[in-house]
Amino acid sequence: MIDRRLFTNIDWTLMILVLLLGCIGIANIYSATAPYRIIGAPYYLKQFYWLAFGFLLVILVSAIDYHLLEDISYWLYGILILLLVTVLVAGYSSMGATRWLHLGFIKMQPSELMKIVIIVTYGRFFSRFEVSGGMTVVNLLFPLAILAVPAILVMKQPDLGTATLIILIAVSMIFYVGLKWSTILIFTMVTIPAIWYGWSNLLHPYQKNRVLDFLNPERSKLGSGYHVIQSKIAVGSGGWFGKGYIKGTQSQLRFLPEQHTDFAFSVFAEEWGFIGCLMLVIIYFSLVLWGLNIARRCNDRFGSLLAVGVSSMLFWHIIINTGMVIGLFPVVGVPLPLFSYGGTSMITTMLGIGILQSISMRKFMF
Amino acid sequence: MSRERLVRETTLLKGKVILFSFLVAAVFLLIVLRLWHLQVIRNDDYRSMSENNRLRFVPVAASRGNILDKNGIVMVRNRPSFSLAVVQQEVKDEEELFRRLAAMIGLDPVEMAARWEKGKKQARYYPIILASNITRDQVEIVEENLIRLPGIEIEMKPVREYPQGALAPHLLGYISEISDNELNSDGFRDYNLGDYIGKSGIEKSYEKELHGRDGGKRLEVDAHGRVLRTISDSYPETGNSVQLTIDSEIQQKSEKAFGEQAGAAVAMDVNSGEILAFVSSPGFDPSLFSAKMPPDIWKGYLEDKRRPLENKALAGQYPPGSTFKIITALAGLEAGLIDKHTEVNCTGAYKFGNSTFRCWKKKGHQTTNLKKSLRESCDVYYYQLGEKLGVDRIAAMARKFMLGNATGIDLLNEKKGLVPDSEWKKKRFGVRWYSGETLPVAIGQGYLLATPLQLVSIISTVANDGLIYKPHLVKKVIDIEGKSVKEFKPEIIGKLEISRENFRLVKEALFSVVNESGGTGANARLYEIKVAGKTGTSQVVKMRDSNRQTQYRFRDHALFVAFAPYDKPEIAVSVVVEHGEHGGSVAALVARNILRAYFDSKKPKMKTSPKPVDNETFDEVGQPDDLPAAPESAREQVINKETGND
Repeated sequence: MIDRRLFTNIDWTLMILVLLLGCIGIANIYSATAPYRIIGAPYYLKQFYWLAFGFLLVILVSAIDYHLLEDISYWLYGILILLLVTVLVAGYSSMGATRWLHLGFIKMQPSELMKIVIIVTYGRFFSRFEVSGGMTVVNLLFPLAILAVPAILVMKQPDLGTATLIILIAVSMIFYVGLKWSTILIFTMVTIPAIWYGWSNLLHPYQKNRVLDFLNPERSKLGSGYHVIQSKIAVGSGGWFGKGYIKGTQSQLRFLPEQHTDFAFSVFAEEWGFIGCLMLVIIYFSLVLWGLNIARRCNDRFGSLLAVGVSSMLFWHIIINTGMVIGLFPVVGVPLPLFSYGGTSMITTMLGIGILQSISMRKFMF
Repeated sequence: MSRERLVRETTLLKGKVILFSFLVAAVFLLIVLRLWHLQVIRNDDYRSMSENNRLRFVPVAASRGNILDKNGIVMVRNRPSFSLAVVQQEVKDEEELFRRLAAMIGLDPVEMAARWEKGKKQARYYPIILASNITRDQVEIVEENLIRLPGIEIEMKPVREYPQGALAPHLLGYISEISDNELNSDGFRDYNLGDYIGKSGIEKSYEKELHGRDGGKRLEVDAHGRVLRTISDSYPETGNSVQLTIDSEIQQKSEKAFGEQAGAAVAMDVNSGEILAFVSSPGFDPSLFSAKMPPDIWKGYLEDKRRPLENKALAGQYPPGSTFKIITALAGLEAGLIDKHTEVNCTGAYKFGNSTFRCWKKKGHQTTNLKKSLRESCDVYYYQLGEKLGVDRIAAMARKFMLGNATGIDLLNEKKGLVPDSEWKKKRFGVRWYSGETLPVAIGQGYLLATPLQLVSIISTVANDGLIYKPHLVKKVIDIEGKSVKEFKPEIIGKLEISRENFRLVKEALFSVVNESGGTGANARLYEIKVAGKTGTSQVVKMRDSNRQTQYRFRDHALFVAFAPYDKPEIAVSVVVEHGEHGGSVAALVARNILRAYFDSKKPKMKTSPKPVDNETFDEVGQPDDLPAAPESAREQVINKETGND
């Protein structure tokens, strides 16, 4: 099964971009956690282990032919749905949300894995779904049903960030396959009332507050709006060149919330300034662009769909996280891939990167 | 793996990748533009916000200067007072915090919330005062529980203390928290919310000297408010002390002379304009204004018909009554209409046109010359003189004595009094002056108004033959090291062109008022000192109505002006006893006590009791009636002790 050509076709660009981001991320976590009193292994070291583990995952996943995923996709989907239901029934709660599942010695977050599984499932579905001139509403019914079940389950946890991301990834893939204009029109007419219904019935007060605070951060300076304001102060006070590594007052004096995880980017922005941010954004942009490039070069419909799915996953994470940090989007707990501290995010991201690598390595097959 | 399954049509999709790439690029560009906006364009704003975040200003209030009497005895000083402050950026849930404070030390959550709302407008690192003047017990409880009260700090602030009790409250004034209006006005640029400022009296007019300069520490703190380092530190500068011209002993005796009566008195050094005593009765407790005023006491102050909060010596305007005859007499002498021999026959009434003007003495004074007219305060003499003079000449003489003008004393809100003349009447009422209206003016009634301060200035001017000194209350301003920063020298603001002879005639008559038989001011007589003075009664209601006389608020005011010693004047006194009836009896008695206090203070001191104030307080406490809670045996002991003393 292991073809010699696989090694000669390793996508080094992808690997270098990922490694670069991972290393900057660790350096940044080192600074962000410098003011913390740490018991046990320091965060940057743990993040280093996670990054190493992530690369191991990339090697594992890329070694497997991604077409295996096509065969087991519906199984994966079924298992994940079961896990999500289990989470709701017997999950482990933290901070008002039930997201975690204890699997013996390891805690896991099925909703995170759902991001990858929805990509695989949609890839499988759309790879055999040939429509000319875009999908009609009827064509969409089944894929939307596939999406709705996990999205609602995740939202119930409640985990607005992950649910949004699952939906955004799915919608990106649907647009990639193509829609009829009439479908878009009908869809808009259905979505707007649905959003209104969702707002008034499904969202938790804290989620509504976050949206409202985002729309008007002055609304509660010390509530959740506080995070946005402090983060904007951190970013804005960075100026052209930043305050210097481990010299950001906002981060070092701990005015930033979650500064090693969701708000890691504001630590970076404060200490490296506009120039640093520009470099980082360019690297992220290159990563997403490279993922799309893999999709473009792939002659296999399933592979191309997977690559677009993974690219959109990366893209939406990057945009929502940075957008949140600079006050463009509401505060939802979306990490910045390879940059925010955390194993769960690392696993999801690296699974995606592994899939991209797997596709990129096998382009010779077609 | 079947190959045909893997290879499917992808050309349609490939075109979309290009489109997606452009969309992705556009969104990333948006992020970059936003970063540019925050980090480059608005950098200055956010940089200062981050400075505000990490910097904390801890104000250290300057100690206010003391107020001393002319002998250096402290009248107002400071004691430490504790207030509860909170730093808003550290408070996540203020309502919970207020609930805890209410439970711990019984503060009112509603009031705390109100102060919080008000304080939120200031810089976020500046502490908001939630409660002022908390007790030491409360301080202790809060300090023990600081860990459960995030953002709470105890601030020590000096507050006013009055070692001599409520002495001269109108003169000294009180301090209290700066108001919103004051804070926004130009004069208080350097002040902050919660600062204490002088609101009346010396505290107000010498605010700039007394206040000092607040200091503070600029600290770097982390997000939890923990202090990391001190960035800058400025020490507060204690305010300068103000030494008054007041003699607190004379002041105290003067206040005591009023007893429960309402009124005002001013004693002034004839040869310098220094005010020696400045009384407005009844007084109030100025210390209550710095703390939270108990509502029942406040209500009591407002409802007391004797108006304790009003500074009557400065702002009380009274018809001068017969004391004004001094001016009418001088006007007549100067105009050449009378001399010391001019005689008038007083029958108890004077007919003018259709109306009859009565003398206070129904039987009349019969033949009356200038000296007798002042000594026995004959009204008819002045009705006739007034008629001859006309109102404008009387008014001109009154104005020479600065009546109708502020004396320029160093207190704010001084009243000017009123001198009516024909021009004034035309302006005020649009009608001409009727000569019948001149007659009451000649005896100090009618529209005439004067403050006790103006009255003392008039009698002092008479005493020193026409020299008008500017009355002043402050001798000097001294800094913390005791060095004199500013000294106030006597200031002559006018010299009257009145012949010495005419002054002598009037003064001689004023001497007879107090010292000769038939004089109305015999009550003011001192045995070893020659006192000269003039009584006055100012009508509160126009017609003398016996029913109304009985009611307090319709009773006449009693006035007395005096100077002493007659041969070489040193002190001038004016006294107004509100609703005190005839000036001769009540006001002259008060004036006598003031004069006595002054001349006693000049005698070499006998060292009997160094703290007379304390002794008096003891006497009051020692009365059995004041000890209802004490056990029977203790009460008996007190009684036995008292009888034993007899």
